[in-house]
Amino acid sequence: MSELDSLYREVILDHYKNPRGHGVIDGPDAEAEGQNPLCGDEVSIAVSFEGDTIADVKFQGRGCAISQAATSMLMDMVKGRRAEEVASMSREELLDEVGIPLTPVRLKCALLGLGVLKLALHKGRGTPLPEEWAGLEELELS
Amino acid sequence: MAVTAQPRLDAERIRADFPIFELEIHGKPLAYLDSANSSQKPRPVLDALRTFYETSYANVHRAVYELGLRSDAAYDGARQKARAFINAETTAEVVFTRNATEGLNLIAYGWGLDNLGPGDLVLVTELEHHSNFVPWQYIAHRTGAAFAAIPIDENGELRLEALDELESRGRVKLVACGYVSNSLGTVNPLERLAAWAHERDAVLVVDAAQAAPHRPVDVQALECDFLAFTGHKMCGPTGIGVVWGRRELLERMSPFELGGEMIRKVTVERTTWNELPHKFEAGTPPIAQAVGLGAAIDYLTGVGLEAIERHEAELTSYAWGRLSEVPGLTLYGPSPERRAGIVSFNLEGIHPHDVAQVVDSEGVAVRAGHHCNQPLMTSLGLSATTRASFYLYSLPEEIDRLVDGLHRARKLFS
Repeated sequence: MSELDSLYREVILDHYKNPRGHGVIDGPDAEAEGQNPLCGDEVSIAVSFEGDTIADVKFQGRGCAISQAATSMLMDMVKGRRAEEVASMSREELLDEVGIPLTPVRLKCALLGLGVLKLALHKGRGTPLPEEWAGLEELELS
Repeated sequence: MAVTAQPRLDAERIRADFPIFELEIHGKPLAYLDSANSSQKPRPVLDALRTFYETSYANVHRAVYELGLRSDAAYDGARQKARAFINAETTAEVVFTRNATEGLNLIAYGWGLDNLGPGDLVLVTELEHHSNFVPWQYIAHRTGAAFAAIPIDENGELRLEALDELESRGRVKLVACGYVSNSLGTVNPLERLAAWAHERDAVLVVDAAQAAPHRPVDVQALECDFLAFTGHKMCGPTGIGVVWGRRELLERMSPFELGGEMIRKVTVERTTWNELPHKFEAGTPPIAQAVGLGAAIDYLTGVGLEAIERHEAELTSYAWGRLSEVPGLTLYGPSPERRAGIVSFNLEGIHPHDVAQVVDSEGVAVRAGHHCNQPLMTSLGLSATTRASFYLYSLPEEIDRLVDGLHRARKLFS
C-alpha cells in the first residue's frame, strides 16, 4: 500500500464524505469552536448532557479530510460516555481509532476536534482546559 | 519603429545553479511550485555565504583590525547593491531588517505611533498579507485612529471607487498596499494609490515582498514613501530583508529597536540616535545574510528582472490553460495577463490540504491554506486555497505534473 493510500484509507474517506454526528443540537448545554490557524480548518461542537453523561454531541465544520473525518470518528467514540472521562481522554485513544500515519502538521488537523470538544466540556462542566487551549490569547480589537 | 529584443531566460540552465533540484522527493524529481512562500537558493549565494565566513567574517562597524574592515566592506557593499536594486537615491534610506514583516513593523511603530491619532484613518486592502495588515490594525487601535480595508471586486482587483466612501471615515494619513497579492497574484495600481494618497498628504507604504524577486522595482518611479521586501523569497538567505523610506521621513521618525549600534551618544540623562540608516539597525545585524542577499541581487540582475517577469508570465498563462482543463477546478483572481506568477485554486469537494498532500506524493510542492490572507479568504467566502507559484527556475513540465496530481486527487476522492 502506498503512503498516500494508507493516509486516505477507505474509512477516512467514508467518514469525510458521510460524517457521523454532523449537525446542530437545539438548545445545547455547551458549545465551542476552534480553528487550526495554519490551514484554516474549522470545527464547532455542541453537547447536551444527561446527568454526568454526554447524551448527544454534534459537530459542524469545514476543513481537510483528516480534520473532518477524525472529528466524525470522535463523535461516535464519545456519545454516551461520562463527560469527565472524555475530558481526560488521551490523544492516543483518538489517534488509534484514526489509525493512519500523520506528519506533525496533519496531527494538528486530526486533533482539532478533540481540542474543541474538551473546550466545550470545560465551558459546560468546568473540566480542566486542555493544554493546547490554555493561554491562548486573541488580539481583541474593539 | 525600432524593435527591442525581448529578454529571455533559459530555465533549464538556471535550474542547474540550484543544488536542491538534484533531490528526489518520494522517488520523484522535485517540482517546486511554492516560491511565493520562499525561494530556493543558487550556488553563487551559497558560495558567497561560505566564502564570507571563511575569509572576511568579524562583527561590523566596530573593529580596527583588518578582518573587521573586510566585514564592513562586505556588509556596506550589500547595502549598495540593495540600493541600486530598488533605485533608491542613497544608502541612508536602505535599512536592513530581519524580513519584510520586521520592515513593516518598523514603519508601523516608528512612523505610526507618532503620526496617528483620533480622527485619522489608516487604509489597507483586503488583499494584504497579515504582515501588512495586522501591524496597521494594531497601531491604529493603539493610537485611536480609524482602520479600514479597500475592498476587492469579483476578479480580485482593488475597487478604487470605494475610496470616496472610505475617506468619509477620517483624515487619511496612511495607505498600506502590497505590490503583488501573495494569494491571487493581482498587481495593484500603485501609481494611482500614490497619487490619491499624496493629494491628501498621506503616505503610501508598499509591501514588495512578492514583487521585488520577480520584476523591476523602482522606488522613485513608484512614488511611494516606504517599501519593504525580504531576501528569502529572492534567492537570498532567511533572516534578511530591507525597508526603504524617504530620507526626510526616516530622519523625523523615532527608532524602532534600541540598543547598540543605533546610538550616537549615551549618558544617564539622555541618548541621541545614530545617523541613517544605523538609527534603525540596533544590535549586531545579520551580516552574512546581508552578504548573501547581495549575492542574490547580483544573481537576479545577471539573469535580468525583465526576463524573469516574462518567463513567469508565460508560465502563468500556461498554468491557467492547463488548470482550466481539470473538471471541478475553480481559479481565483484576475486573468493571467493581469497578474504575476501566482495561481490560487480549489478542487470541488477536496480540501486544499488534501490536494497538497496528494500532489506531494508525486514530488510536487504547493502551498495549501489561507496564505496569511484571512481577510481576503473571508471576502472570497473561502477558508483556504491551493496555490502554485513560479520563479525563474520553474518549468512547464512541473505544471503538467501538478495537473496529473490533481487528476489523481479527484480519482481518490471520487
